[in-house]
Amino acid sequence: MTAMIAPLPLSSTPASPLLAVTGLEQSFGGVMALAGVSFQVAEGLVYAVIGPNGAGKTTLFNALCGFYQPSSGSIRFTERELLGLPTHRIAACGIARTFQNLQLFFNMTVLENVMVGCHLRTKTSLFAAALRLPRVRRQEQRLRDWAIEALELCELADRATQSAGTLPYGLMKRVEIARALAAKPRLLLLDEPAAGLNDTETLALRDLITRIRDSGVTILLVEHHMPLVMGVSDRLLVLDYGSVLAEGTPAEIQADPRVVAAYLGGAVNYAV
Amino acid sequence: MRLAGFYIFAAVVALLPVLFPDNYFVVVVGTSAGLHVILAVGLNLLIGYAGQISLGHAAFFGLGAYASAILSTRFDWPSLLALVAGLIAAGLIAWVFARPILRLRGHYLAMATLGFGIIAHVIMVQATQWTGGPDGLAGIPPLNLLGWQVDGDLQWYGVIAAAMLLVVWLSLNLVDSQVGRALRAVHGSEFAARMMGIDTARTKTQAFVVSAVFAAFAGSLFAHQQAFVSPDSFNLTVSVELVTMVVLGGLASTFGAVCGAIALTLLQQGLVVFEDYEMLIHGALLMAVMIFMPQGLFVGLTQAAHRLGSTLARSKFRRSLD
Repeated sequence: MTAMIAPLPLSSTPASPLLAVTGLEQSFGGVMALAGVSFQVAEGLVYAVIGPNGAGKTTLFNALCGFYQPSSGSIRFTERELLGLPTHRIAACGIARTFQNLQLFFNMTVLENVMVGCHLRTKTSLFAAALRLPRVRRQEQRLRDWAIEALELCELADRATQSAGTLPYGLMKRVEIARALAAKPRLLLLDEPAAGLNDTETLALRDLITRIRDSGVTILLVEHHMPLVMGVSDRLLVLDYGSVLAEGTPAEIQADPRVVAAYLGGAVNYAV
Repeated sequence: MRLAGFYIFAAVVALLPVLFPDNYFVVVVGTSAGLHVILAVGLNLLIGYAGQISLGHAAFFGLGAYASAILSTRFDWPSLLALVAGLIAAGLIAWVFARPILRLRGHYLAMATLGFGIIAHVIMVQATQWTGGPDGLAGIPPLNLLGWQVDGDLQWYGVIAAAMLLVVWLSLNLVDSQVGRALRAVHGSEFAARMMGIDTARTKTQAFVVSAVFAAFAGSLFAHQQAFVSPDSFNLTVSVELVTMVVLGGLASTFGAVCGAIALTLLQQGLVVFEDYEMLIHGALLMAVMIFMPQGLFVGLTQAAHRLGSTLARSKFRRSLD
C-alpha cells in the first residue's frame, strides 16, 4: 500500500500521519472524478488541495465525509478506517467541515447554529430534554459557553442572537467555520472559504486560519484564491482530472513545471 | 423569560371558565380546541421543526382512541391503564414505521403517510369484531384518575386543559434543547446536520414517535370524553385538518400550532350559522390567511400588533409636535 503513496520529504512526515488517503477512486457513471488519489496529512499543518475546476477537490471532500461512497481505496484517520462509515460517525471521529455552497441552518440564530456544532460533545436523552431536568439545564449552559467561545474565536460574538439568514455573506461563511470549530475537531475541512469574500475579509480569513492552526487543529483547505493558499499553507496537493499532479511545499509547487502546464499550458494550447 | 408565553397561556386557559361560568362555548368548544392543540403541537414537531410531512396523523389519533375504547370496554381495563397502553402502542408503531417511511422525501413521504392513514382507517372500518366497524364503539367508561371519576363538561375542560398545557410545556422544552436543535438542523440542512454528528434517521424517528404519542394521548382522552368512537373521527379529512392547523398557525412555532388549532376549531364552530356556505367561507378564509400571512397566524398577528403599536406611537409623536 505504501508504494502507492507519493514519496514525501522525511522531515515533514512524522511516524503516523493524522490522515492517510490511499488509492481513492470515485466514479460517477463513466466519469472518474477521483482516479486513485493518495496523500498524507501530518498533524498540525494547513494542507491545501488545489486544482482547476472539476479536478475533484470537492468530490474528495465529500468522499472524506462519507457523503459519497468511493468504489475503492482507503481513508485512515488516526489509524481508523473511515471508508464505509456514515457521515455522522465520521464526524464523531473528530472531523468537521464547512461547505462551498453555504449549508447554514437558516431557521436558527447564529448562536443556535454554533450550538448544533457542539452536538457531539454532550448527550441529552429525549425524556430528559422534554422534562428539562436540572442536568439538561446545566448542559444547555455549557453548550452555550462552548458556542460563545467558538464565536469569539471567529469574532462573531456580537452577532449571536441574530438569525443566521440575516447576516451578510462573508459573516455567514464565518459562522460555518465557528460551527465547525465548536465541535472541537482534530481535522477541519474548509471548502473554498474565501469564495465570494472581498480583500479585507480574505485577509481576516487568513488570520483566522492561522489562529485555528495554532490552536492545534489540522486544516485541509480547498481554495482557488492563490495568494491565500500560498500564504497560509504548509503543504499543497495539486489535483487534475481526479489524479494527483504534484505534492509539496508552496515553493516546490510554484516551481513545478507540471503544475504550471496544467494551470497555464492548457490555456496556451487552446489559444493556439 | 423563556416560558413567559407559556405562563400567560396557562393563566388564560385557567381563567376562561371562571370569567365565563357555565358557558357552552368555553367548556365544550374549549375542550375540543384543547384536543386539537395537543394534536397540532405534536404534529408541528414533525412538520414545523423536523421538516417532515405526515398526511396520515389521524391514524395515531385513532389508535389512541381505539386502544382506550377496546381495552376498557372489551377487556375491562382501568381507563388510565388503557390510556398508557395506547400511548405505548402508538409509540411502538410509529417507531417501526418511521425508518422505512422517513427515508422518503417530499411528495413521496406525503404519499406514504397518506397511505398509512388510509390503511389505518380501513382497519377501523373493516375489523368489525374489534372496532365495531362503521358503527363504532359505544359505552366507553369515563376516565378514572386514581379514584377520581372525570364527570361533566367543566371537569373534562380541566383535565384536557391540563393535558394540553403539559404537552405545550414538553414541546417548548424539547424545541429549546439539544434534541430540538437537532430536529431543526435536519430541517435546515440535512447534510450539514450529519456533518455535525447528528444521526438524521434517528432524529426524524424521534420526532415521528413523539408526535404519534401526543396524537394517541389526544385520541385516548377523546374516546373517554365522548364515550363513543367511530372511524369518521379519524379519516383523511381529519389528517388534512391537522396539517392545516399547523400551517395556518405558523410552522416551527409551538404557539403557532396552538393558535392554528384554536383558530380552526373556533372557525368551524362559528361558521355553523352559515349552513350551506360554511365550507365556502372556511376555504376562502384559509386562502386569505395564507396569502396575507404566509408565516401563519401567530407571526402574522404579532407583526400586525407590532405595526399597529408603532403606528400609534408615530401618530402620538406627530401630535406632540403640532
